[in-house]
Amino acid sequence: MSYDALRHFADSWGLVFMGVLYVVLIGWHFLPRGRERSAEAALAIFEQEEADHG
Amino acid sequence: MDQLVWKTGGWFALATLAFLAALAAADFGFAVHMGIVCAAALAVAVLTMRHADYQAITRGLLKMPEAQGKYDDDPIRWGVIATVFWGLAGFLAGLYIALQLAFPALNLGIEYTSFGRLRPLHTSAVIFAFGGNALIATSFYVVQRTCRARLAFPALARFVFWGYQLFIVLAATGYLLGITEGKEYAEPEWYVDLWLTIVWVAYLVVFGGTILRRSEPHIYVANWFYLSFILTIAMLHIVNNLSMPVSWLGSKSYSAFAGVQDALTQWWYGHNAVGFFLTAGFLAMMYYFVPKQAERPVYSYRLSIIHFWSLIFLYIWAGPHHLHYTALPDWAQTLGMVFSVMLWMPSWGGMINGLMTLNGAWDRIRTDPIIRMMVMALAFYGMSTFEGPMMSVKAVNSLSHYTDWTIGHVHSGALGWNGLITFACLYYLTPRLWKRERLYSLRLVNWHFWLATVGIVLYAASMWVAGIMQGLMWREYGSDGYLVYAFSEVVSAMFPMYLIRAAGGLLYLSGAIVMAWNIGRTIAGSPLRVEKPMNDAAYDAEADRPIVAQPA
Repeated sequence: MSYDALRHFADSWGLVFMGVLYVVLIGWHFLPRGRERSAEAALAIFEQEEADHG
Repeated sequence: MDQLVWKTGGWFALATLAFLAALAAADFGFAVHMGIVCAAALAVAVLTMRHADYQAITRGLLKMPEAQGKYDDDPIRWGVIATVFWGLAGFLAGLYIALQLAFPALNLGIEYTSFGRLRPLHTSAVIFAFGGNALIATSFYVVQRTCRARLAFPALARFVFWGYQLFIVLAATGYLLGITEGKEYAEPEWYVDLWLTIVWVAYLVVFGGTILRRSEPHIYVANWFYLSFILTIAMLHIVNNLSMPVSWLGSKSYSAFAGVQDALTQWWYGHNAVGFFLTAGFLAMMYYFVPKQAERPVYSYRLSIIHFWSLIFLYIWAGPHHLHYTALPDWAQTLGMVFSVMLWMPSWGGMINGLMTLNGAWDRIRTDPIIRMMVMALAFYGMSTFEGPMMSVKAVNSLSHYTDWTIGHVHSGALGWNGLITFACLYYLTPRLWKRERLYSLRLVNWHFWLATVGIVLYAASMWVAGIMQGLMWREYGSDGYLVYAFSEVVSAMFPMYLIRAAGGLLYLSGAIVMAWNIGRTIAGSPLRVEKPMNDAAYDAEADRPIVAQPA
């Protein structure tokens, strides 16, 4: 792939791909169950069993 | 027994090879480095041969608890001690070179102690030795707790720790000997780079392996940040250090890139070292230790996801802002500027997320000096991630570039954000890892907080003044079209600011010494310091009621 072809790909389909990927990765957590799951994940670090320091 | 012979023999063979390489070395620096490798391999060989239970000896020496426990914490304990040690070394080197700028006689007239050699020693000591050890130690701690799994490949984890220390020693001695690739924050030469690559891949295997072994279905967001830091640093390190050695037995190599391509690769690396080493990695600490110390979940988990992906997608493009008004194509400069400005939003999103974690527990800032330190760290994260995008704007950069404003910006981020969050994590970890009731002294944490904060304020403020003054004096034209100031006049005008900066550095170093004392006493198991408690803001039921409007 020539430099010219690469840069035209980068600022057309490459950019679109990155944008869509970004929106999907974030949108995933805003699906209907996202709020519940996020709350669970945020609290997970506090459910320690006894003596977690050895 | 057979295994012991093979192991010892292997180490001896390695030592012999290093010794031969030292004899045949093309230059003095390479010979010294091979001597260090030889000594390290010999030491390991002898220790292996004597087959003593060194585990038990070091555990006794470092006062580590007897019980191994559910998690593999020994490399983390070593990491805590290494972080404190390298922090002191790096801050001391920084103070010394700050004084060199004010009093050039401190260069001592020999090359080994000249500013040009001590400066990379300082930057690498604080970023890679202090910051790197903190990142490795906290990542091993956090990944085990959040995955509820013991560290995968315990032997490899120990190799990561010791291999990384060898990397630091080789890098640091190399700078003093004048071995350098001349690439900022990537100064070590080709063979040290190769060694770091091996250590880093081992680090990835240990960290990734632990995540794969997890017994918790969800991977907590801190691990995402740690993983992105490890992966991206591997990629940056390998690409930026592509080079061809002149001799297999010499320290000199030449970069695979030339001219502006080399410059762009360097700053693609350099800026993302800031973005993924000093930001993503330390944000991972923030997302675990701030909620744990505050005893409440992160303000918004979904905001942390947005924070994460936005940093990943935006940071990698921001590097060209280090090359404004150079031979770099104009579109690339503008791209770097635009992405830097966009970065402001996720950065502040992350800062707000961290700060708002304290929502409903703001009194902890008054009563808990560790929380106070975390909040100040987040405030500096916010401040420097505002200042950075502002400085990346071309018009601002034309004033700020090459001046001490840049130095001030870097230090408000490094001392304020990276330093304070690391100190807070060390204070969190030490009593837990050594099974102490609490830290030796909370008052000393408070002393550390104020020494560090006042130190940073002196540092950043003096460098703003010095940098803006410098930039304005450089561009000052007289009516006849000549520059008004000679370069030397600008240098001498900055003398008072250099003194204030060194005073700030002295305060910051003093704070770190207080921390070393406090952590040392905690590890030694001293009885808690007799002191007035910090949390003396007693609950007042009388005052704890809403103001009800009284009828007139």
